[in-house]
Amino acid sequence: MDLSAINPILFVAGFLVAATPLIFAALGELVVEKSGVLNLGVEGMMIIGAICGFATAVETGSPLLGFAAAAVGGALLSLLFAFLTQITLANQVASGLALTLFGLGFSALLGQSYVGVKPPRLPDVNFGPLHDIPVIGPIFFSHDIILYLGFALVVAVWAVLKFTRMGLILRAVGESHEAAHALGYKVVRIRTLAIMFGGACAGLGGAYISLIRVPQWTEGMTAGVGWIALALVVFASWKPWRLLLGAYLFGGITQLQLNLQGAGVAIPVEYLAMSPYIITILVLVILSADKSAAPASLGRIFHASN
Amino acid sequence: MKFTTLMASAALALGLAGGAYAQDKTKVGFVFVGPVGDGGWTYEHNQGRLAVEKEFGDAVETVFVESVAEGPDSERVMTQMALDGADLIFTTSFGYMDPTINIAAKFPDVKFEHATGYKRADNVSTYSARFYEGRAIQGHIAGKMTKSNIIGYIGSFPIPEVIRGINSAYIHAKKVNPDVEFKIVWAYTWFDPAKEADAAKVLIEQGADVVLQHTDSTAPQAAAQEAGDVITFGQASDMAQYAPKPRVSSIIDDWAPYYIARTKAVMDGTWESTDTWDGIGAGMVGIGEITDAVPADVKEEALALKASIADGSYHPFTGPLKKQDGSDFLADGETADDGTLAGMNFYVEGIKGDIPN
Amino acid sequence: MMRLEKRPQASRAFSYATPVLAVIATMVFGGALFAVLGKDPLASIMTIFWEPLFGDFAFYYRPQLLVKGAPLVLIAIGLSLGFKAGIWNIGAEGQYIMGALCGAGAGLAFYPAESVFIFPIMVLAGALGGWVWAMIPAVLKVKFGTNEILVSLMLVYVAEQFLASASLGLLKNPEGFGFPGSRNLQQYASAHNGELFAGSGMHWGVVAALIAVIFAYVLLARHRLGFAIRVTGEAPRAARFSGVNPTRLVLFCMGMSGLLAGLAGMFEVAGPAGQITIDFNVGYGFTAIIVAFLGRLHPVGILLAGGLMALTYIGGDIAQSQLGLPAAAIQVFQGMLLFFLLAFDLFTHYRLRLGRTEVA
Repeated sequence: MDLSAINPILFVAGFLVAATPLIFAALGELVVEKSGVLNLGVEGMMIIGAICGFATAVETGSPLLGFAAAAVGGALLSLLFAFLTQITLANQVASGLALTLFGLGFSALLGQSYVGVKPPRLPDVNFGPLHDIPVIGPIFFSHDIILYLGFALVVAVWAVLKFTRMGLILRAVGESHEAAHALGYKVVRIRTLAIMFGGACAGLGGAYISLIRVPQWTEGMTAGVGWIALALVVFASWKPWRLLLGAYLFGGITQLQLNLQGAGVAIPVEYLAMSPYIITILVLVILSADKSAAPASLGRIFHASN
Repeated sequence: MKFTTLMASAALALGLAGGAYAQDKTKVGFVFVGPVGDGGWTYEHNQGRLAVEKEFGDAVETVFVESVAEGPDSERVMTQMALDGADLIFTTSFGYMDPTINIAAKFPDVKFEHATGYKRADNVSTYSARFYEGRAIQGHIAGKMTKSNIIGYIGSFPIPEVIRGINSAYIHAKKVNPDVEFKIVWAYTWFDPAKEADAAKVLIEQGADVVLQHTDSTAPQAAAQEAGDVITFGQASDMAQYAPKPRVSSIIDDWAPYYIARTKAVMDGTWESTDTWDGIGAGMVGIGEITDAVPADVKEEALALKASIADGSYHPFTGPLKKQDGSDFLADGETADDGTLAGMNFYVEGIKGDIPN
Repeated sequence: MMRLEKRPQASRAFSYATPVLAVIATMVFGGALFAVLGKDPLASIMTIFWEPLFGDFAFYYRPQLLVKGAPLVLIAIGLSLGFKAGIWNIGAEGQYIMGALCGAGAGLAFYPAESVFIFPIMVLAGALGGWVWAMIPAVLKVKFGTNEILVSLMLVYVAEQFLASASLGLLKNPEGFGFPGSRNLQQYASAHNGELFAGSGMHWGVVAALIAVIFAYVLLARHRLGFAIRVTGEAPRAARFSGVNPTRLVLFCMGMSGLLAGLAGMFEVAGPAGQITIDFNVGYGFTAIIVAFLGRLHPVGILLAGGLMALTYIGGDIAQSQLGLPAAAIQVFQGMLLFFLLAFDLFTHYRLRLGRTEVA
């Protein structure tokens, strides 16, 4: 065993990257759930984003265009969910699961000719002298632009939810759609926009996996990140800052586990691999005192005649 | 009428009904555990299928079903292929072992070929590749080229196949570089590119400048490229898109020669139940081009090693070798028998750490 | 201008007609997809829906429908009880795994002894395993008010790790040359859940699924508890006034769905699957959620929906091998079917009205 083999700076920098797809996907879902909608199709939207981003980046040679396409792809797929749940008033749990099934299949069809292709690489942002600061430089100033975008998005969502009228309306719709409707807000329209935002974010998260973190295209390559994102939203009790913390915890434990193995520590891998989930459950129990966290209308169907 | 007789007679009826057709075309079925677009294990088996089609043209018809779960789904798919008149069925995952035996008993006239298993019957052959032979060459190059003397190894699950590869690579790295140390990380997944990328990054961060992988995605290659001065080897497929560096060579699963030979045997009526475990010599294990990133003398040695393994003059597990716990494994000049290799569940002397259990 | 108006009562006619309409719509759009992929749309659709039921080898595929459909129905019945009452267990996959692990573990503990008591003990162990795994989110919900959707989902991943650990360690076949996976229960007579009549596909899991359908039907239609479930789902406040104990209801619904999922896992591992492996679970627990909704949370509906899902799986595999359709196309096709079924359900509860909204 040689714990000194673990480089704490690279370890931290590593889990910032590992957490980014989770941050995008979970942040999108957080906004969706704040509006009172539960979309279990995150995994499906992520994988669609992964292939849309990958294909576009390969065809155009521009990773940034790829990310744009990923956001559009994710949003388009989420429109299907919005149509089902907001227009035809279908059950949200079932619609979300169907969306995942459809997304996994459709992405595989789209990606048939992209297996084994190497995508263009997105360079790290050039921070000049900042990059050379010891410790802080390699941790914070040595990443690609999308990682910072994820961080900025957390701040933006937090600010919008807390300080703006738009955030207030969104929360009102999520708390009580009847009351919001009575006040004259277009519940269906607001929720549809929230769902599309969620889809775009999930798409970005998926593309981050296929374009930066891995980078390659393979069928089913998101391998369950979408489901973890769902857990993360509740773990964060619908608060953007806690979401950031949770994403680092989830990303960090995998990194730590691999690091400990590499350092030769004999750890029971299975038990460490299940620990983030058990920790999430414990956190849920601890947070349960805070009853105000969950949007009151979450998952309920709204129709104006109700 | 008993069910099995019913099945057999149904298949027979079909065979008779389409007699002329059946004689013309040999039908070969493939059961795949993953999608053909996985870029690794299933992808290469599918390449083998395509090679069969190319070789025999109109004389054969191949069919396949992808992403078939092990268990009852695989039994159904095999039955379906047999009912549809397949003459030969390749089942390409270890987990299809018992299902293959079950279904083969119901269709005595259909030939089955099960990859990587150990159960055979009159109409069931088994086949597998001696990937450890390729690992020996990787180990040699790795041992020669590492500057940090730390070689990272990404394992999937701690099973004999993977442990054998680790041992083979270690023995040959150690032989040319006594100071070499292996860092082994178990991903506990067959398929999770993001996790493989993380594992590779962690190994590199911990000082490894060579990363060997027993998982099939190119994620570790990309991680190595980004890190800079790290070399890797392609796994399952050539991964030439990462050549000449980080990917300096590769182990390629090349099922085509075997699939063509077995299909031919069925066409000629010479098919027999066999146990095939082929390596570099028979062409089942391909060694991808060794790039110029490898010094010329090392490349020459590696090719010589490859040739000696291919012609059988050298066995990668040749004594004297001890097990990790210090007990004797192979005496001087003794080579490991296939039974020991197949069930290998221990590290050789010098590897640090325990096999997780 | 069109608008939706809620029907005073759910339309009986539409509740029967919508599934048929959805299947037709799926055939049209799915056929278009297959045509785009360069396959004969008519032949593809026929292969998926007709071949397993009435094709040349229907004698083989029909029993397979039971094998494929039984675990789906068994799990979905359990889930539907909770769903009706607004209790969301979406971790049936984990309960299925734990049922299989406990059931197989109990059986293998006796190996190689033969006794008629072994199989019943396995059934009990499987049911218990699933029940315990579902009681974790149930008790946490009751005691602390935690969200059962999340806790049950988290426990799926925990169960998967247990499965991998058991396949590689505790339950590994000592005669398996070091390969992962347990002994095959099909080769252990006392523990084998074989076909009750050769070639029928009927095993104890199918019987259990049918019993569960009847049990759920009677429970919901006749029993006080069924009334409590329905009223809680439709009007939670009213339920409290009418003396429903929400705590007991949560414990019952979660426990029941876990128990049935555990049974499904146990019957599967002892019968069609035969052994515990790392990849033993194939997503029945998640698919069953869809089956429960497709069946409108009604026992008979679930039975039909389970059959329909099984049909698309079996027909899909046939289409792959006979027509060379990629597995992904089948997945998209299934997704479409679900979308249409969900979307068309609208007309059961609402009707379209033409013209302007009348002034209130």
